[in-house]
Amino acid sequence: MENKTNKNFHQDYEYKYGFETQIASDQVQKGLSSDIIRLISRKKEEPEWMLEYRLKAFEYWQKLEEPTWAHVRYPKINFQDISYYSAPKTEAVGKEEKPKSLQDLDPELIKTFERLGIPVSEQKRISGVAVDVVFDSVSVGTTHKEELDKVGVIFCSISEAIKKYPDLVRKYLGSIVPFSDNYYAALNAAVFTDGSFCYIPKGVKCPIDLSTYFRINAKETGQFERTLLVADEGSFVNYLEGCTAPQRDENQLHAAVVELIALDNAEIKYSTVQNWYTGDKEGKGGIYNFVTKRGKCAGVNSKISWTQVESGSAITWKYPSVILQGDHSEGYFYSVALTHDYMQADTGTKMIHIGKNTKSTIISKGISADHSSNAYRGQVKIMPSASNARNYSQCDSMLVGKDSSAHTFPYLDVKNNTAQIEHEATTSRISEDQIFYLQSRGLNMEQTISMLVNGFCKEVFKQLPLEFSVEAVKLIEMKLENSVG
Amino acid sequence: MLEIKNLKAEVDGKPVLKGLNLKVNAGEVHAIMGPNGSGKSTLSKILSGHPNYVVTGGEINFEINFQQKSIIDMEADERAKEGIFLAFQYPVEVPGVNNLTFLMNSFNAVLEHQGSLPLSEEEFKIYLDKKMELMGLREDFLKKGFMDRGVNSGFSGGEKKKNEILQMAVLAPRLAILDETDSGLDIDALRIVSEGVNKLRSSKNAVILITHYQRLLDYIKPDFVHVLSQGRIVKTGGPELAHELEKNGYDGILS
Repeated sequence: MENKTNKNFHQDYEYKYGFETQIASDQVQKGLSSDIIRLISRKKEEPEWMLEYRLKAFEYWQKLEEPTWAHVRYPKINFQDISYYSAPKTEAVGKEEKPKSLQDLDPELIKTFERLGIPVSEQKRISGVAVDVVFDSVSVGTTHKEELDKVGVIFCSISEAIKKYPDLVRKYLGSIVPFSDNYYAALNAAVFTDGSFCYIPKGVKCPIDLSTYFRINAKETGQFERTLLVADEGSFVNYLEGCTAPQRDENQLHAAVVELIALDNAEIKYSTVQNWYTGDKEGKGGIYNFVTKRGKCAGVNSKISWTQVESGSAITWKYPSVILQGDHSEGYFYSVALTHDYMQADTGTKMIHIGKNTKSTIISKGISADHSSNAYRGQVKIMPSASNARNYSQCDSMLVGKDSSAHTFPYLDVKNNTAQIEHEATTSRISEDQIFYLQSRGLNMEQTISMLVNGFCKEVFKQLPLEFSVEAVKLIEMKLENSVG
Repeated sequence: MLEIKNLKAEVDGKPVLKGLNLKVNAGEVHAIMGPNGSGKSTLSKILSGHPNYVVTGGEINFEINFQQKSIIDMEADERAKEGIFLAFQYPVEVPGVNNLTFLMNSFNAVLEHQGSLPLSEEEFKIYLDKKMELMGLREDFLKKGFMDRGVNSGFSGGEKKKNEILQMAVLAPRLAILDETDSGLDIDALRIVSEGVNKLRSSKNAVILITHYQRLLDYIKPDFVHVLSQGRIVKTGGPELAHELEKNGYDGILS
């Protein structure tokens, strides 16, 4: 039934990142072949070993079938209908590397990132956070270089790292997520264009947070980024990642691979706020976000934590995982996944216990609204060598409205009987009654949703760095306000 | 303070109130009694602004800034901020939302609406403590840690009603509507709840008691008793009307 109050709940949420930057780009023709891969590699002036790696991955990928096991539905992707490389013209072929300083960037690009809330120009940059900015297929700049140089932290685009630090890259690239891992990992290995590389030397606590901001701009392109983060013995790093894209009717593919390595006593905290364009109210357009993220606690007492707020993309297919190889190592997965309208998400984690006394914690909060579908899929594997392993999993789902759905697929594989495993799961519903109850005590719609969401997600939000956490809360509230009522 | 004229309202397309008239002045307690389905709960939902209940005719005027104003187009939270409070028949559980935070935010929303500065958590806790003491709930609430739990989460029926009365004491409304607050209460809880209501009575505020039974009226003395039937008030009297109802039943009165 129609009534005045409900109408106000449905102010359309405006995806404020949905604009497109008018900038000349160097975009390769559509299609995927070994020639295209050679072209990309040549454009990036890569060493021969890199090209060989790409071609091997491509050869392997061609033999694979697209996986269908995830709880998502979408039309078959035509991989020949995508352009695999697009770079803003300022970096056109033949020009020497990238602009020397970020001030030399195309003003349009600077404007774009300021509009996205990512100040890249030196005078306005966010203090305390170094940003690597990836626009379509290339990194356009990294801030705070000098500050990081002083302590020996390497933070640059992966393209630069391939040229400048080939030994480190060769040692670790593909060591956690080999191209043979899965369909999209193979595709990524063949065609990845940029991403971030980070190396924290022994004993260094990275003095500032590192972050990468991914922006898809060009039409009919895919973004295939590759991030590699190595924390050497006794080091610590806090890493943040954000993503947005313009509002378009066509779907666009984003297939990233992220690899983390923590050596003895090292700790990596990796946080993501994912806000790719979701598609419109009818489910038209939006990003397909098919991502492989994995970390390896290679050393003793090492720690890796993944914290993610997944609020965008038409389809999300993502399982940030941790291989707990070092004795006494710890893996954490904290996730809030929001789906609304016709979005689909199949996300979760894998915790693979190999070392002794290893510990993992999984806290997953799924919120599904409107007609969306939200699935948690998680695996906890205790290998025979993992004596006294412990896992705690908590998977909570919250439904908003009557047409949304939530699914939980936990997998347990225990091969050592000293393991201690706990699993808790709940499903609840934001009801009209709850909303009315809070409103009848003087809280407006915004405050009401905020209290409900905060209450549900607080265990995850508190893992995020403060600035990120404030933004994440606002993002979720804004998106939910349209769906409630 | 409140004047309802020829009010017609429906829920899910079904007419429930069919020309209801009621006038409530500051300082008065009105009891509304009536058989199941007569529209008692609908009236409480309509007054507090539930979005599923739709006014199809008539007027609801409430005194705002010394003027009678229509509240029909106001949202539930705006009405609450103007001093209308509904004690729910079935208080809603909101797990995850902390009871203290919730009550503090509500109180501050009302304060800010009145142009005052919000209280800090420390200040609010002192204020809350006094209200709990006044309502005779302090010991019980502290012992059971009610303020640290989710709103009404896992509370028993009686505990929920006590929490409603505490909210009422904290928010200090000008018009309190108690929707079957007596239902499901044992005699001790009933006493605590009604004593609480009596302590909050003043010449500046008014209370509407919606109830099935005379029992509550032994504890809270109404100035007027109204009998609601088929969406209209069909009879109005003093406290003696409630006794008459108890003796003869609704059929005796309505026939």
